[in-house]
Amino acid sequence: MEKLSGAEMLVRALQDEGVEIIFGYPGGAVLHIYDALFQQDKVQHILVRHEQAATHAADGYSRATGKPGVVLVTSGPGATNAVTGIATAYMDSIPMVVLSGQVRSDWIGDDAFQETDMVGICRPIVKHSFSVRKPEDIPEMMKKAFYIATTGRPGPVLVDIPKDQTSPLVKVPYEYPKKVKMRSYSPVARGHSGQIRKAVDEMLKARRPVIYAGGGVILGDGSEYLTKLAKLLNFPVTNTLMGLGAYPGSDPQFLGMLGMHGTYEANMVMHSSDLIVAVGARFDDRVTNHAEKFCPGATVIHVDVDPASISKNVRADVPIVGPVRQVLEEMVSMIEESPDRPDAKALERWWDEIKGWREYHGLRYEVNDGGPMKPQQVVQALYKATKGDAYVTSDVGQHQMFAAQFYKFDQPRRWINSGGLGTMGFGLPSAIGVQFAFPDAMVACVTGEGSIQMNIQELSTCLQYGLPIKVININNQALGMVRQWQDMQYGGRHSQSYMDSLPDFVRLAESYGHVGIRVDRIEDLDEAMEKAFSLKDRLVFMDIYVDPSEHVYPMHIADGSMRDMWLSKTERT
Amino acid sequence: MRRIISILMENEPGALSRVVGLFSQRGYNIETLTVAPTEDRTLSRLTLTTLGDDRQIERITKNLNKLIEVVKLVDLTEGPHIERELMLCKVKATGAQRAEVKRTVDIFRGQIVDVTSSVYTVQLAGTSDKLDAFVGTIGDAQVLEVVRTGVSGISRGEKVLSI
Repeated sequence: MEKLSGAEMLVRALQDEGVEIIFGYPGGAVLHIYDALFQQDKVQHILVRHEQAATHAADGYSRATGKPGVVLVTSGPGATNAVTGIATAYMDSIPMVVLSGQVRSDWIGDDAFQETDMVGICRPIVKHSFSVRKPEDIPEMMKKAFYIATTGRPGPVLVDIPKDQTSPLVKVPYEYPKKVKMRSYSPVARGHSGQIRKAVDEMLKARRPVIYAGGGVILGDGSEYLTKLAKLLNFPVTNTLMGLGAYPGSDPQFLGMLGMHGTYEANMVMHSSDLIVAVGARFDDRVTNHAEKFCPGATVIHVDVDPASISKNVRADVPIVGPVRQVLEEMVSMIEESPDRPDAKALERWWDEIKGWREYHGLRYEVNDGGPMKPQQVVQALYKATKGDAYVTSDVGQHQMFAAQFYKFDQPRRWINSGGLGTMGFGLPSAIGVQFAFPDAMVACVTGEGSIQMNIQELSTCLQYGLPIKVININNQALGMVRQWQDMQYGGRHSQSYMDSLPDFVRLAESYGHVGIRVDRIEDLDEAMEKAFSLKDRLVFMDIYVDPSEHVYPMHIADGSMRDMWLSKTERT
Repeated sequence: MRRIISILMENEPGALSRVVGLFSQRGYNIETLTVAPTEDRTLSRLTLTTLGDDRQIERITKNLNKLIEVVKLVDLTEGPHIERELMLCKVKATGAQRAEVKRTVDIFRGQIVDVTSSVYTVQLAGTSDKLDAFVGTIGDAQVLEVVRTGVSGISRGEKVLSI
């Protein structure tokens, strides 16, 4: 059998897993691994400028492709810098394997240079973690790490590697396991057919139904069957922030996003429904508003691969634990075989009511005549310029909500944002990951002048690898979402939510070797967008000045029900 | 309500910290905790007692089951079960008290496992209530030191927790 060092085994295991690309940053504890990387060409290593960006880039790569993202960082600060990115992936259930260096085994616990207890720090934010104790364990450990990260409810897995375990002086036989079997871990392979039958019966007798689909449908590759189910039954569909693209955004049965900044009709439909079919969603507090006032008349069907998500915040009447794709497929075939259909008259009346809600609000906003641009207009211009066909990554704040509301995603894996953790600084590095996955695709990073500055150093990475990302900086010269809450709940006292001394983003982009375009007037917006996207091999940083006073609406009124919303600064339901 | 949760898990470094971490991170309290390898050295058996209503316990058990190293678990309080706790207790034993302590130990079916001229060391096994009762009977003034193992438990009858 072939003999390899620990470092060589790690790299070979990546090859054997079919990993083509990893994101990282070298340092003392991982130098053996970097040396092993140098001596092969199957795994490409992308050098970022900050370890947080390495995790977000791997995360973006994973969200766009469905493959696990892989990160390599050194011990101590390299590892702790990666923590925010690991937590981001954990909250959104993104499959990721993080290799972190560690000081020599015999120095652990001695407060050695660049030592930190990474396994301890990460315990609450990883699906699992491993620590290498002898090089012989590396192949099986890596196999398990990828298996755990990608199966069941996916998530990040940490492999912590003391430097001596990768020494080129110690070579041990290498064989990569073909299969992995763990008595303590076996994700559910199928949903219970009896429960699925019960759910189908509920769907067939529903009169005011709604399908509420989340990020689990995208992660579980269930969009195709979700769409079939909705079409077969003529049910309205709403997606969570994480689920956008799971159902085609421009389809007439689509109600838009639901929740805190969901559409009026999506929230009204939820509140008034008699049946909620929740698929791969977790009744997050940003969706339900006050859980006890949530949808009083609805029977709840809840499909999720994670049993711990079911009946966590809202009690499920028909719980189904299983992979969303298989469960949806079985639902579709049961309904196709059944002679029964939901009451068409009742559904027609339901759709009439929905139409009324749509007409009542439908994401309207006021345009400033001759005044500053509205951020919504920027997203609409982006949608127009890209014909709805871009990968859109986003940072966190108002611009994220505007992008979620106004960019219609017709396919899964196109909308890439930090939903659970809400990590500012996610947008640009995740766009790097997406652009590596799809070098010819249009990749837009919708951001704001606050968020972009949290990882702006990655413009340098983009130059190094020639990534033609389009940065859409919706610049309102304020931390918009914070400011909105301060307007609404703190008497307009804008405590620390403004940004004095913004850089000249155009010159900043240029100094990094990119193209910068500033837009101040709505008349110039479309042309500037066209120009940006016509520069196919250049990163273009669009610095677009918008009205700082704009708010995101609708907005749930805190502690109310789904239907309690502000619809503008002066109107409420 | 007090619950006894019994967990079979991989005997690996870090496994215990994940179980304990899950409790602290979610704000649940562990009242007692006892853990040791089983007859199969690759497995550990962990027993803990905690307080919670049905909903909290359901969340705790679901999340414990999610931990990769947890192989199986059971809430022993859901069915008939046996629970035991072991206590070692140093008791002042001088003058007239010496005979009285001995009698009390006998009544509780404990054993005196070490003796000095002024101190008895008592070993006592039983339910937590019984141990409490013993300490209460002897009285604070007499008790010098108490060490308890925490609850260990097993279900009655033919039901077993194994792989």
